[in-house]
Amino acid sequence: MKKLLSVALVCALSLGTAVLVSGCGGSSASNGEVNVYNWGEYIDEDVLDAFEEETGIKVNYTTYSDNESLYSVLKSGSGEYDVIFPSDYMIARLIEEDMLEELDFDNIPNYDNIDSDYKNLEYDPDGLYSVAYTWGTVGIIYNTTMVDYEITSWDALWDEDYSGQILMFDNSRDAIAIALQRLGYSINTTSEEEIVEAVDLLVEQKPLLQAYVMDQIFDKMEAGEAAIAPYYAGDAITMIEENPDLAFCLPEEGSNLFVDAMCIPKGAANKENAEAFINYMCSPEVIAANCTVTGYSSPSTAARELLDEELANSTIAYPDSETLSRCTVFTNLPEDTLALYDSEWLRLKSE
Amino acid sequence: MKSKRLAIPYVIWMAIFVVVPLILVVIYAFTSKSGGFTLENFTGMGTYLKVFEQSFLLAIIATVICVVIGYPLAYVMAREGERFRKIAMILIMLPMWMNFLLRTYAWMSLLENTGIINSILSALGVFKLINSIFGTSIEYFSMINTSGAVVLGMVYNYLPFMVLPIFSVIEKIDSRVIEAAQDLGANSPTVFRRVIFPLSLPGVISGITMVFIPSVSTFVISQLLGGGMTMMLGDLIQTQFLGNAYNPYLGSAISLVMMVIVLISMAIMNRFGDGEEGAVMF
Repeated sequence: MKKLLSVALVCALSLGTAVLVSGCGGSSASNGEVNVYNWGEYIDEDVLDAFEEETGIKVNYTTYSDNESLYSVLKSGSGEYDVIFPSDYMIARLIEEDMLEELDFDNIPNYDNIDSDYKNLEYDPDGLYSVAYTWGTVGIIYNTTMVDYEITSWDALWDEDYSGQILMFDNSRDAIAIALQRLGYSINTTSEEEIVEAVDLLVEQKPLLQAYVMDQIFDKMEAGEAAIAPYYAGDAITMIEENPDLAFCLPEEGSNLFVDAMCIPKGAANKENAEAFINYMCSPEVIAANCTVTGYSSPSTAARELLDEELANSTIAYPDSETLSRCTVFTNLPEDTLALYDSEWLRLKSE
Repeated sequence: MKSKRLAIPYVIWMAIFVVVPLILVVIYAFTSKSGGFTLENFTGMGTYLKVFEQSFLLAIIATVICVVIGYPLAYVMAREGERFRKIAMILIMLPMWMNFLLRTYAWMSLLENTGIINSILSALGVFKLINSIFGTSIEYFSMINTSGAVVLGMVYNYLPFMVLPIFSVIEKIDSRVIEAAQDLGANSPTVFRRVIFPLSLPGVISGITMVFIPSVSTFVISQLLGGGMTMMLGDLIQTQFLGNAYNPYLGSAISLVMMVIVLISMAIMNRFGDGEEGAVMF
């Protein structure tokens, strides 16, 4: 009987361990692999095969859906990753909380391909922790067969004529930023009154909305289910490819400019391989391949020259410098402001 | 004795993946951000009253609808012949072979204003007919992004969990019991009311549990079919883990409160089934 019990125990434990290990998306330290954790649909997957072939380093590739889930995975220590792709404000937060490794730029010679405009930005002022991957803006996507004027302002999202045909971000940071810009405030404000005023504006907008969405926007805009929606420029390009009636506008009040960059989390097991991977991702051909698939903008002029002409000259992906000067990059907000964002968002959602 | 030993792997599995996480939830719920003991996570719970109300209301409506639709179906399945039973079983199980998210996404395209249902109705001239009769000018029924769509999503996804337990209980009712009732002069409604229904209660109760619990904590259905217009408990808990202010402590506290409320309501429910074989609670 004892024997049977111990056999059962061993089986159960080894099964449990196997599940635990495979659940972590890669095992602990060993040579010849790199654990990459990226946004969903944010890479040309052929690039991964090419990298494996060229370097012999095995890539374990997994994806996440937003900065906040990346943060919670890193914070709770439930995964071991070597390369991650956080956005600007999240990089600032990770640096502040000492969750990133400094990069050894001797291992990343291709860093030279990145334009100086995308180096040492506010979120990483000394350029020690991050290498820009892509960038983009937030603007308004609208269906020209349903909207009979040219949209130039965030006001369109409050236009009563299109009640029931407007979509909004289902993500507090992006949604509140739009309201702040419409009011003429900074998207990085920490003033409680300004944030509350912005959420009041969103409360006012709520009856006009069809829904709060994230990725469902692709279906809804492409099918003509909704007329007006804010979203990311790179995705707008993808949607316009599917439905040519759609148009994109970067509002005159200004908008959010975001940069997603490659970083190495603290204590990464394969730091050198991670740097090799980042280096590979910075070669102009690879950047061009990724930008073609994702529709997002390239931080490298050399890569932009390799792009298909239509994409390279797209004003959606590459607005002129005057337009860009109206855009602001998100910074990391202090903890009490983040808590205010959550409670105000709850107020909006439980109205 | 032997059969008990066979349960050991399962017991270990439960211990590692159910009991330990539950203990963690309890510990987290009483932990402050700095790591000390606190009740703070619970004192602010009143703020979320509306979210609790909304979630429980929708989940109760969905559960009631599931009983109303599911009971007759389970009853007919249990009393009809083998053939009907097999076909009905396949039809109930078939959608479950597909991914839950995919099914809910499909409902999104069915219910949209320009979706499949409205397109078909429009092609059939239904809206023209309505407009000419009532003098209105509607072009579609708005179905998506409403609380009704959320309830529909819950009923559609969880109905099998209501039908199957009721079916398996009714099926096992000894036919001699029913014959005895008939011999004693009971007509069919009386047999149903006095014999079959009381004997099937444990199945109903476990069906209610299996529909109500996932309904009250769902967040995918409310986001996709409800348009994210009202925050449900599942959304609220998700926000604590994946929102701006990463606060797993508050998230655990809300989960704990939800579990306690569910447990209490289930305990009350079980009273109704008292004296029967004892309902399956989990």
